[in-house]
Amino acid sequence: MTFLHRYRRLAPYVLLGPGLAWLALFFVAPLGFLGHQSLQTQDPIALTYTFKWAWHNYSDALTTYHTQLLRSFEYAGLATLLALAISYPLAYWIAFRGGRWKNVLLLCIVGPFFVTYLIRTLAWETILADQGFVANLLRHLHVLGANGRLLATSTAVVAGITYNFLPFMALPLYVSLEQIDQRLIEAAEDLYASRTIAFLRVTLPLSLPGVFAGTLLTFIPASGDFINAQLLGTPNQTMIGNVIQSKFLELTDYPAAAALSFILMATILVLVGLYARALGTEKLTG
Amino acid sequence: MTDNLTREALLRRALAGGAALSIPGFLPSLARAARDQSEAKTLVFSNWPLYIDINNKTKSHPSLDLFTKRTGIKVKYIEDINDNAQFFGKIQQPLSHGTSIGRDIIVMTDNSPYPALLIKKGWVEKLDKKALPNIKNLVPGMQHPAWDPKREYSLPWQSGMTGIAYNDKLTKPITSIDQLLTDKKLNGKVTMLAGFGDTVGIVALSNGDNPSKIDDATFNRVIAKIKKAKSAGQIRQFTGNDYAGMLAKGDIVAAIAFSGDVVQLHADNKHLRFALPTAGGMIWTDNMLIPKGGNAHLASQYMNFYYEPKIAAMVEDCCNYIFPVAGAGTVLLMSDPAVAKNTLIFPTSSMLKRAHQIDPNALFNPDYKTKWQHLLGA
Repeated sequence: MTFLHRYRRLAPYVLLGPGLAWLALFFVAPLGFLGHQSLQTQDPIALTYTFKWAWHNYSDALTTYHTQLLRSFEYAGLATLLALAISYPLAYWIAFRGGRWKNVLLLCIVGPFFVTYLIRTLAWETILADQGFVANLLRHLHVLGANGRLLATSTAVVAGITYNFLPFMALPLYVSLEQIDQRLIEAAEDLYASRTIAFLRVTLPLSLPGVFAGTLLTFIPASGDFINAQLLGTPNQTMIGNVIQSKFLELTDYPAAAALSFILMATILVLVGLYARALGTEKLTG
Repeated sequence: MTDNLTREALLRRALAGGAALSIPGFLPSLARAARDQSEAKTLVFSNWPLYIDINNKTKSHPSLDLFTKRTGIKVKYIEDINDNAQFFGKIQQPLSHGTSIGRDIIVMTDNSPYPALLIKKGWVEKLDKKALPNIKNLVPGMQHPAWDPKREYSLPWQSGMTGIAYNDKLTKPITSIDQLLTDKKLNGKVTMLAGFGDTVGIVALSNGDNPSKIDDATFNRVIAKIKKAKSAGQIRQFTGNDYAGMLAKGDIVAAIAFSGDVVQLHADNKHLRFALPTAGGMIWTDNMLIPKGGNAHLASQYMNFYYEPKIAAMVEDCCNYIFPVAGAGTVLLMSDPAVAKNTLIFPTSSMLKRAHQIDPNALFNPDYKTKWQHLLGA
């Protein structure tokens, strides 16, 4: 105790220590290794790697794979918007109308996620199968053409991502909606605000921290996802995650994979930075 | 309470403490000893799916059971090889660090650069020829491949052909690659193999080119043709052996496929057919290799067992691939005469004329490899 008293100013650093050490060991160090790897060159036949400050790995990766990169952000963005559109009413209803069923309802959202990611996506592969019940029904109702299909389309991939990341959107939204002081809404109504106005001027702004957290938690992992595109898509739906995965694990082209990982990370950082600016996070997170 | 510690008590406590401290170190070594004992009697064999005899009722593998009965060696049979490049990518990292991949035998195809590469890198063990007298039964044509001229490291498992599989309930017969890639009715219902040696070769044939001698012009024609079909949405996926499940489920109607697989799938779905395209198909041989750290003696004993004509015939009869063991065909004809008509096990000479081998130089061309991977979309 006396130690901490004497060196009071050091206390925060001592408390931060374990966390910092963890980050240094498992984030900064691998990142440095990855950076080093991204500047190597590979002999694709002998599978040897030499460090050469090969910055061209970055430009090569961008020129060859910009389609997949853009597609990733397009799919992730769409999935995030869809997840928001589905989750907001859901979280709103549970927070304000759930009553004593709140916990059960929340469990219903989280429930499917006790099953692993891969199995859930494989289940969608079966649900959307060309000869499956859903596709046959839609064909019968003429929603799908005679030769139409659900699986192996962009729609399937975006739907898969939306489904797989839904709780990451719904839970933060629920938390921020649940915290809203009901009396503020009552006050708005007492002051002759219509229900719509009360929602738009009171509830919605107060729930923005949840929206911010939810969109980030959905968008960031979704843009690096590769499972959905692989199982529910075709070669015309491959995302940047697929490219990185195959470069790392199948082609053993580590330099290109590392460069792509950095490009993905940097782009996400820039996008998130712009988004935070636009929403004004300082105000949101206090 | 006094702090009076007698010498005797101190000693006792120190001993107990020391013993307690050493237990964590002691336990793993015990476990290791136990594992060594059991592992000495277990062979781990990584193979491709649909590639060994199977009893469809019990899902057991009769030849494996027989091997265990005869030698007391248990076999852990894993069907985890889906694609040569994919599997090599998985094992490359540990092998390059000198770490064992926990397998005694793996199977890689000679239409990929990997068997040659594994040997060149020194990542495989030599066969224990003393335990492998039956190697004499290997058919002469396969005794001296360029990449392992004395068969020091490798031994064929089975040979087969790459052609077209289709579901005759959902499409008319498909006998050409052009039909596969352009028939509008098949849009989005076709898969191609991701293996360079399989798909590049068969598409080159459809262009009237020679797959055993691939030059830039030939290669570019192949890429252009597949790219066009891919942009048109004709190709649903580039697959490994996993096309089998999609074909069985009906998600795809036609695929570039391996001969024997389709015959086995046919047992469950009578509508699945295999055709060697009129312009020709590809022929290849899968090779057993012992990755570094594998037990060469055990693995060689196992290979020896399968090089008995009678055992080879068992596998051949079930898998509809060609087991390159002299005498296996004769045994098979006696035990199952109907099989003589099976052109996948006993290809006719006209069929063999239409089955080609891939140009090995093309497999090692870095430029081709990059372009091919880019075409696959990732």
